[in-house]
Order: sequence, then structure tokens, then C-alpha cells
Amino acid sequence: MTDPPRESFRLSMLIYDTRYRSLTIQVVALFAFMLLVAWIISNTVQNLASLGKEVEFGFFSEPASYDINQRLLDYTSRDTHLRASFVGLLNTLVVAVLGCITATIVGVLVGVARLSRNWLIARIMTVYVEMFRNVPVLLWIVFAMAILIESLPSPRAFRGENATQSLILNDSVAITNRGVYVPEALFSRSLGDVRLFGESSLRFDVSLDLIAIIAVLAASIFAFRRIRNWAERVQNETGNRPTTWYFQVAVLVVPIFVLLAALGFHLGKPELKGFNFAGGTHLRNSLIALWIALSLYTAAFIAEIVRGGILAISKGQTEAAGSLGLRPNRIMSLVILPQALRVIIPPLISNYLNLTKNSSLAIAVGYLDITGTLGGITLNQTGRELECLLLLMLIYLCISLTISVFMNIYNKRVALVER
Amino acid sequence: MSDTSFVRTEMLAEQDPPPTSVGVIGWLRANLFPNWWNAVLTVLCLAAIWYVLSGLLGWTLRSVWTAGSLSECREVMIATWGSTHGHACWGVINDRWLQLLFGFYPPELYYRPILALLLLIAALAPVLFADKVSPRFLYVTAAYPFLMPWLMWGGSIWTPVGVAAGFAVAYLVGRAPRGAVPGLVLGILSAIVWWMAWFGFPVQAEVLAAGLGEGLAAISPDTAPFWLETVESRKFGGFMLSVMIGVVAIGCSLPLGILLALGRQSNMLIVKAICVGFIEFIRGVPLITLLFVASTLLNIFLPPGTNFDIILRVMIMVTLFAAAYMAEVIRGGLAGLPTGQYEGADSLGLNYWQAQRLIIMPQALKISIPGIVSTFIGIFKDTTLVSIIALLDPLGLSNSIRADTDWNGIYWELFAFIALLFFIACFGMSRYSMYLERKLKTEND
Amino acid sequence: MQKSVFYGALAAAVVFGGAAGAATLDDVKARGNLNCGVSTGLVGFASPDASGNWEGFDVAVCRAVAAAVLGDPQAVEFIPTTGKTRFTALASGEVDMLARNTTWTFSRDTDLKLDFIGVNYYDGQGFMVPKALGVTSAKDLDGATVCIQTGTTTELNLADFFRVNNISYEPVPIETNAEAQQQYLAEACDVYTTDASGLAATRASFESPGDHVILPEIISKEPLGPVVRHGDNEWGDIVRWTLNALISAEELGITSANVGELSSGPTNNPEINRLLGTEGTLGDMIGLDSEWAQRAIMAEGNYGEIFETNIGENTPVGLARGLNAQYTEGGLIYSPPFR
Repeated sequence: MTDPPRESFRLSMLIYDTRYRSLTIQVVALFAFMLLVAWIISNTVQNLASLGKEVEFGFFSEPASYDINQRLLDYTSRDTHLRASFVGLLNTLVVAVLGCITATIVGVLVGVARLSRNWLIARIMTVYVEMFRNVPVLLWIVFAMAILIESLPSPRAFRGENATQSLILNDSVAITNRGVYVPEALFSRSLGDVRLFGESSLRFDVSLDLIAIIAVLAASIFAFRRIRNWAERVQNETGNRPTTWYFQVAVLVVPIFVLLAALGFHLGKPELKGFNFAGGTHLRNSLIALWIALSLYTAAFIAEIVRGGILAISKGQTEAAGSLGLRPNRIMSLVILPQALRVIIPPLISNYLNLTKNSSLAIAVGYLDITGTLGGITLNQTGRELECLLLLMLIYLCISLTISVFMNIYNKRVALVER
Repeated sequence: MSDTSFVRTEMLAEQDPPPTSVGVIGWLRANLFPNWWNAVLTVLCLAAIWYVLSGLLGWTLRSVWTAGSLSECREVMIATWGSTHGHACWGVINDRWLQLLFGFYPPELYYRPILALLLLIAALAPVLFADKVSPRFLYVTAAYPFLMPWLMWGGSIWTPVGVAAGFAVAYLVGRAPRGAVPGLVLGILSAIVWWMAWFGFPVQAEVLAAGLGEGLAAISPDTAPFWLETVESRKFGGFMLSVMIGVVAIGCSLPLGILLALGRQSNMLIVKAICVGFIEFIRGVPLITLLFVASTLLNIFLPPGTNFDIILRVMIMVTLFAAAYMAEVIRGGLAGLPTGQYEGADSLGLNYWQAQRLIIMPQALKISIPGIVSTFIGIFKDTTLVSIIALLDPLGLSNSIRADTDWNGIYWELFAFIALLFFIACFGMSRYSMYLERKLKTEND
Repeated sequence: MQKSVFYGALAAAVVFGGAAGAATLDDVKARGNLNCGVSTGLVGFASPDASGNWEGFDVAVCRAVAAAVLGDPQAVEFIPTTGKTRFTALASGEVDMLARNTTWTFSRDTDLKLDFIGVNYYDGQGFMVPKALGVTSAKDLDGATVCIQTGTTTELNLADFFRVNNISYEPVPIETNAEAQQQYLAEACDVYTTDASGLAATRASFESPGDHVILPEIISKEPLGPVVRHGDNEWGDIVRWTLNALISAEELGITSANVGELSSGPTNNPEINRLLGTEGTLGDMIGLDSEWAQRAIMAEGNYGEIFETNIGENTPVGLARGLNAQYTEGGLIYSPPFR
């Protein structure tokens, strides 16, 4: 036995031999990439040196000196830039979450309405979808703000003997061109707050009342489901379903009412005081305009996705479901929608992402989100472009990746299991 | 057998359908008032339409067209209708529409952007309407990337010719050696050498033979004929700027996007990681942050002393942005191809690039066109964001126009005009995209 | 291959873009025009007209510098900048000077490595309210909704003012003056605060300006002036003394109408002669020719003329000279001597 002639390695094999070629290309690509990064970093270092700047994040602990009107947390102009950015980040998340919810609701309704038998409704929905899809979102945001400002009454219209406007819903909600004032939940025997992260810039007050309410609700729902499961088990074993509905309702309703009464729950209604309404929760126009514009804009895209998803389900499915004796609304909820969801979910995720990213246009209406605070006023006042912008992009990247990860997990769960 | 029969032997005469189910009434019943709640909805919709239209049309039509300033407009309104509310002042559009369309481009050179737009249509026609337009127009398509910058920025024709010749050199040299990879490398190198020689880079003297250098110097850019007056890019503005940024971004992002999509699908780990990282990073951040980078950070990232104008910087950033989205569209196209196509290419013995060039890409690109068009619409709409970094696109200009004492305080008219411009452009494109989708669907069935 | 083209084009763009060296004067001369950063639009201070020509109070300073350096007041490229981009544009060399109602503050002058070369407008932050509110002092504004433009020093001043006086307010941050105007008119805010010049210009554009009052409190000092990069003192000198030449010209009675006559030969006043270059070599000392100041004055007139044509009492903006009168008239406008 002789060994096969040993292959000698030649340099040209790195290029011509497919076994090595991919390795060569990858090494070259990695090398080029690292070279590019090194080049950018060295340029940055040189440029910063010539500008006399250093990369440092110390400015975050200095007082921000500006005020933020719409916020979830306590904040004053003496708080740090870090606190201001944190407040901004929460504002971004608030508008993104609110926007995604309403966009989905409106989008699904419009998508179904576009398939309506009613010619007029289908046409109006088409006009709506085309109008919103074909005009830039920045214009819509500006429009929404302008319409709110121009068409709603100012607080002065509520004042005096011959007020032209009055509060709606039993004197509890004031709709003005400065925003909407809604009643706030107050507790006369409140459990107080728990402050997380001490006195640092990321301090966060968590209301114990809220936690108690959530805990009681969760327990009620758990009990509710246990009763239902028990009823089903009894039905499976004996064939008779015990009557449990009054018991279930009681389990849901009584504990929460007892808790609210114990906490001394009452509503704080807005009242006209001085220049403005006082009391209640104030949703600023900037938030509402941004919310409406982003929701309606994204809803137009979602409507198209929903319509496409429903149309993608072949007509045979409807007919087959009908021949099984299902009623039309059951056909929709049991047969069509579960299948359509598979088509709908992936583009829906990217629309949620788009909405979140578009929320960065908040500065156009003066809603101080993360772009308005960290990437806006803080950047302006401190002149730290590099630090602020890199951090800003990193934050958005984290938000986007988180949304995609969660949505992909969900997507995997509803995905068709192929044989 | 009796002849009594209970079967009618003659046909009954056809009756007209009941009047309530045909004609206008029938249509109304079927489409607007099929049941009581639909009827309620219909009436509510009609009321809403009436409410919106009556306000909007009154404002639009009962308006002032010729006025040199807002105060003049108000005087005319008071004189004609007695009030300034509910009437549009289109005088501002009359006064500034050229500026809103062309920005600060020199008025005597307006023919150039218009020509560039017409050529763009001619260049796109053979791609978009492949079945109706003669493929000879493809020459326009090939020449367009070089013609357009020349038309818009001006200068010598030899600049675009030189750049185009570089591609030709790269192609010719790249074909010479055996194998795709060395060809690619040689092609790129030769093109770079060519451009250095053509544009008189300092290396020219050492690297190139003197003869070639002298020969080229004879037609050096400044002395050549076909010289168009140069227009600096900061003169670009208005709607033209939006179109320019959109077209440049999409044009340049197409090749980048193809490379990124191929890289993402490749089984080379490092290449794939770089491509995925790039795509996910760009798609994960809002465009506005990238524009902030263009306006404030790009100069810090580039070698000290480099400084090129903001519009070019914005075009680069928007191109990178578009490339990530383009890569995803093309990846969708690639995924849409049946595996048989890849296997067929392999069985023919084609190598990777041959297979891509001859079999995969032509089909993948074709089914990606609707996606590409919607990416373009998205990018085109997003160009309004450049107003936030002080570029004078239509929205930015509207701000400058309001800073003029004549028009200080005008609001809706400008926005309405801008929205209308965008709507017409985007609506047209989205209609095309739908038409194409329908056509592709019928072809595939 | 396509990628290489991209980088090739990038490299070409970089090279054609030219480099910003230390000697701004040489760059400007070689380029043949002055890159001047202005605001994207501020009534009376900078705005483009229908044919794209920029005009305004800040614009006039740019034109004067261009006339002094290049001999042509039209040889200016106006680059609109926002509050965010203005300093970066200057630091990166994209603009040679900023004339964009920028407040001179300690940290901007030192930390941001800028040089403020003087003050061309003394401003201060004020409040405008509708007369119907019956407010006479800013101290009465407890609980009011206040419209402010973001990205400027005004929001910092505002926060400080209300904090010091221990009264509360509701800020409504707004991106542009036009939107602030709209919100204020629709009573979405009770008060509009910005520089007093801006308030006057805004009020002038209202349908009924008489219904609104500007409160007497001026809560901040806002010295607005042209800015150049730190470290290029020769260029800074040119811009500084061009501005001073415009101011001195008003003091000495040199106008765009009589500058030609006065510079035709030496006059009795040696300072006029030195300024206009008919005596001495002041121009040489800042690297320009002897007629530099003549041209600067001829471009848009002296300081007083620029003021009157763009923001003075006969314009729609209608600002009084106030602090911006010559020191001889009781104002703060004061140029060091030309000697």
C-alpha cells in the first residue's frame, strides 16, 4: 500500500481552492473591517484632541437646568442630566406603547372595514389609508398638533359666568387646547410609595397602592380560572355543569372593591384655578398630538397588512368552516384570524418598530422624549455631541432589539408547524 | 294515458327583476343600506364627509391668490368677505412655489433638474415597464448614474466620463484573469488606478507611466468642452432636494443592499456577522439620529481637516440607511425563489457569482421591485426629516418663508401645498407598485 | 466592486471638499466666497426672499465681512444652521463665521472653543401676554403656561427666573418661532417668552398687535454677536474690526451714501481717514488692503443704517434702538478707536 501523493500546499490555493477560499475571504473581510474601525477611532481621537475635548460622561451628574412638563417621575430643573434623560426615555416608552396599542386597534378595524360590504365605508377607509400612507409622518405630526391647538377651546372658555365650554363626563374631564385633564386616582389612606434606587438619578417611586391593586386583581383572576377549571372538570366527569357565574363575578369584583374602600379611593377632578386647570392628570397636547399622529399613520400600514392577511386565506377555508355549521363571527375568530395572524405578525412587528423609531420626531411638537432631552437640550447645553448621540443610538438599538426579540418569540409560537 | 300534464310546456316570459334590486336603487340597497346598522353607518359617514368637505372646500376655494404679503391677503379678505377666518391665502404659494420646488437653484438653470427628472423617467421606464418599453432605453439607464450628477452639479462632462471609463476599465481588466476572485481584485485595483490618474491625484507621477498621464492631462477636467456651470449642492433645496436625496439614496443603496443581502445569506461566519450587525444596527435606530450623526459627528469620524458639505453627508447617511432596508427587501426576494433555482444553477456547474448573475439575481430582483418601490416611497417621505438639521427641504423652506416679514404668521397653506406634493408623488408610486404586484401574481400563477 | 466605487466617490468628495486649515483668511480668499452660518429663518435677522437672496440684520454682518475680505458683498454662501448644528458647523470648518443671534456666554466662549468677537445686538429675554389677561408683571404669572423655544438659553433663563421667584409654571417647549406664534395666538399658552427683539417681531406680525403687551421685566442679558473658531486670531481680528468699522462709521457719520465721497481723499478728521484707508496702514495690519472698511460700509451701510433697514422702527419688526444706540446716545454700542 502506498499513500496517496501528499497534497502540497501552494499559496494560490488560498484563492483558487474552494476549501480555503472562504477562509481567505473571511480573514480579508475581518481585517478590512477592523482596519475601518481603527481608522475611524484614530480619526476621532485626533479630531477630539484638536478640538480640545475628551470623551467623558461627567456632565451627566451636572444639573440639567431645564424643565420637562410631561413626565412620569418627579423631576425639577435642579436634577441631573441623567435624570432628565431617564425621564425622556420613559416618555419615549409611554408614547411608543400607547401608539402601538391604538395603532393595532385602529389598524385592525380599518383593515376589516376596507373589506366591508358597505361601499361608502370601504371607500372612506381606502381614502384614509392612502392619505396617511402617502404623506410624510412628520407632516402628520405637525398637522395633528395644529388641529388640536386651533380647534379645541382654551381654558379661558371655561371661565366665568358665561363660559362657552364646560367639563364633560360629570364635570370630570376637561378637553382644552393645552391638553386633556382627566381625574386622577387618589387614596386618602394611601400605603405610600417605595423609592427604588435611593436618591440617585434613576430613583423611581413605586406606589404601594398600585401594587396592592395589581396583586388583588391577579389573585382574583387566578381564583376565577380555578373555579372555571373546576366547573369544567365536574362537567367532564358528571356531564352537569355546576352554576358558578355568580360566584365567579363575586370573586372578581368583591376583593377589589374592599381594597379600594380600605385605601379610601376617590377621584381628584380637575378644577379651573388661575391660568389653568389644577388637579387631575394633565395629558399635554404634545403627547396627544404625537400619539394620534403616530397611531393613525401606523394604523394605515397595519390596516393594509390586516387586509392582506385576511385576503390571503383562501375562500375554501370560509366555505369549509361554513359547511361545518359555524356562524360567521365564529368563522372569523376560529378559522380565518388564527391563520391570518401568521401572515400578519411579522410585518406587524416591523411596524411597531417603525412607530417606536418615529416617536423620535417628538421634538417637532415639543414632547420631550429621549431625543428631545438627551439628543436635544442636553446635547445643546453641554456640547457633548459624541457622547450624547452614541448613547442615544445605543438606547434606541436596545429598545428595537428588545421589541424584535419579544415579537419573534411570539411569532415562533404562532408559526405554522410544518410537517 | 291521459294527456293531462302538470309540467308546463311553454316557458314563462322573463320578468324584470324587482325595481329595488337593480339600477341605482338596487345598487344603493346592496352597497349602502343592506341592513339597519349599515344604513346608520352610511348616514353618519355622509354627514362626516359633508362636514369635512364643506369646511375644507370653502377654505380652499374662497381664497386669495394674488397678494404679496399676508397683511395684503388679510386686507383683500376683509374687503371681499368681511372676515379673515375660513379663507386660504394662496398668495404665498403663488409667490414662492418655484422656491418650494427648486430651492435656491439658479432660475436660469431650472432646465437642468427638469431634464434630469425626465431622463430619470426615461432611465426607469425600461426597468419598470419592461414589457412596454424598448430595451434600447437601457442605455439611458446605464448612463444615468453618470449623467445625473453632471446635470445637477454641473462642471465638465469629463468627470462623469472618467468615472464611467473607470468602470469600463475595471470590467475589461476583471475579465482577463481566470477565476472570479482575482478578476474582482484586479478590476477594483485597475479602476482605482484609473481614477487616480484621471483626477490627477498626487500618486499619478510615481505610479503611472508619464505618457498616460500626459495624454489624460490634455483633456483634464477644466479645459474640456461640454462645461456646465457648476452649482454647489447647498443651492439645492425644496422638493428637488427631497427627490435628489431619495433618488441618490435608492440608486446607491441598491448595489450595497445586494451585497449586504448576499452577505447575510452567506455561510461565511464573519462576513455574515458583519452584514447582520450593520443591517440590524441601522434598522434599530431612527433616521433622525443618523442625520444628527451626519450633521454633527461625521466630521469627527473622518480624517482631520476633511470637510464636505452637509448635503453630501446627508446623502451618504441616507444611503446607508436605505441600504439596510434594501438588503432586507432583496433578502425577501432571494428567499422567495424556489430552491430548485439554486440547485439548477449548481447542476449546470456555474460558480457562485455566475449563478448569482445569470440565474438568481435577475429573478430575485424582479420579484423585489414592489418592495424596492415601497422602500423608495418610505425614504422619500423620510427626507422631510432633513428639515430638523437645517436643510431647506420643503418643510425647512416653509420655516424660512415664514421668517420673511411678508409671510410671517402663515401656516396651513404652506403645509397643505407640501402635503399635496408628497401625496401626488407617493400615491403615483404606490399605485405603480400595486399594479406590478398584481402583474407578478398573475405571471406566477 | 460596487463598494469600492462607493469609497472611491467618498474619497473624491473628501478631496474636492477641501480642507479647513488654521488660516481661515487664506481659505476664504482661495475659495472666493465666505461661508456664513445663519439661522434657518428669524424675522428681521435672517431670511431668504422669493429669489433666494438672504437678507436681515445678521446677514448684513456677513455681507460686510465678505465685502471687506473679498471685495464683493454678494460673495457669501449662507448656510442655515439650527441651535444644535451651529457650533459643530463652525468647529468643523463648514462655516467661516456664525452670524446667528448667538448669546455670548462663558461656557460657549471657553468650553466650546469659540471666540465671540463682539456684540452686534444687545437683547434680553422678555414676556409677551395678551392684554385681556390683565397681567402687568412677570411675577403675576404663577401657574401660567409658557411657550419657549427649545435648544436656546431662554429655557434655562426661564427655569431660573421662576425658581428664584418661587412661582410655578408650565413650560411648553416649541421647535420654531412660527409654531410658538400659532400656539400663543390660539391661547394654548398664556405667555410667550423669547428674546425681546423676537417678541417685538412676532407681535408686529399679528392681526391686532395692540391686544398684546410685552411685560417690563427683562429676565436675562442676551448679548448676541458673531462667532468664529477659537485659535485663528487673524480671522477673528478681521471679523471683529469689520463689525467695529460699521459701528465707528455710524459714530463718525460715515454712511453708505457719503462713504465714496469721504474716501476720495483725506478729510479733516484723521480717524475717518484711518478708517477709510486714506491715511495710515490699518488694512495691512489685519492682512487686508487699505479700502477694506470702505467696502464693508458700502455693502449695507453703517451699523445704524443696517439696523434701520432690517429691524428699525420703520420696518414691520419695529424695534427701537434702546440699548443698541451708540454710547453717545445712551446705548451700549461702542467701538474701540481706530488707531
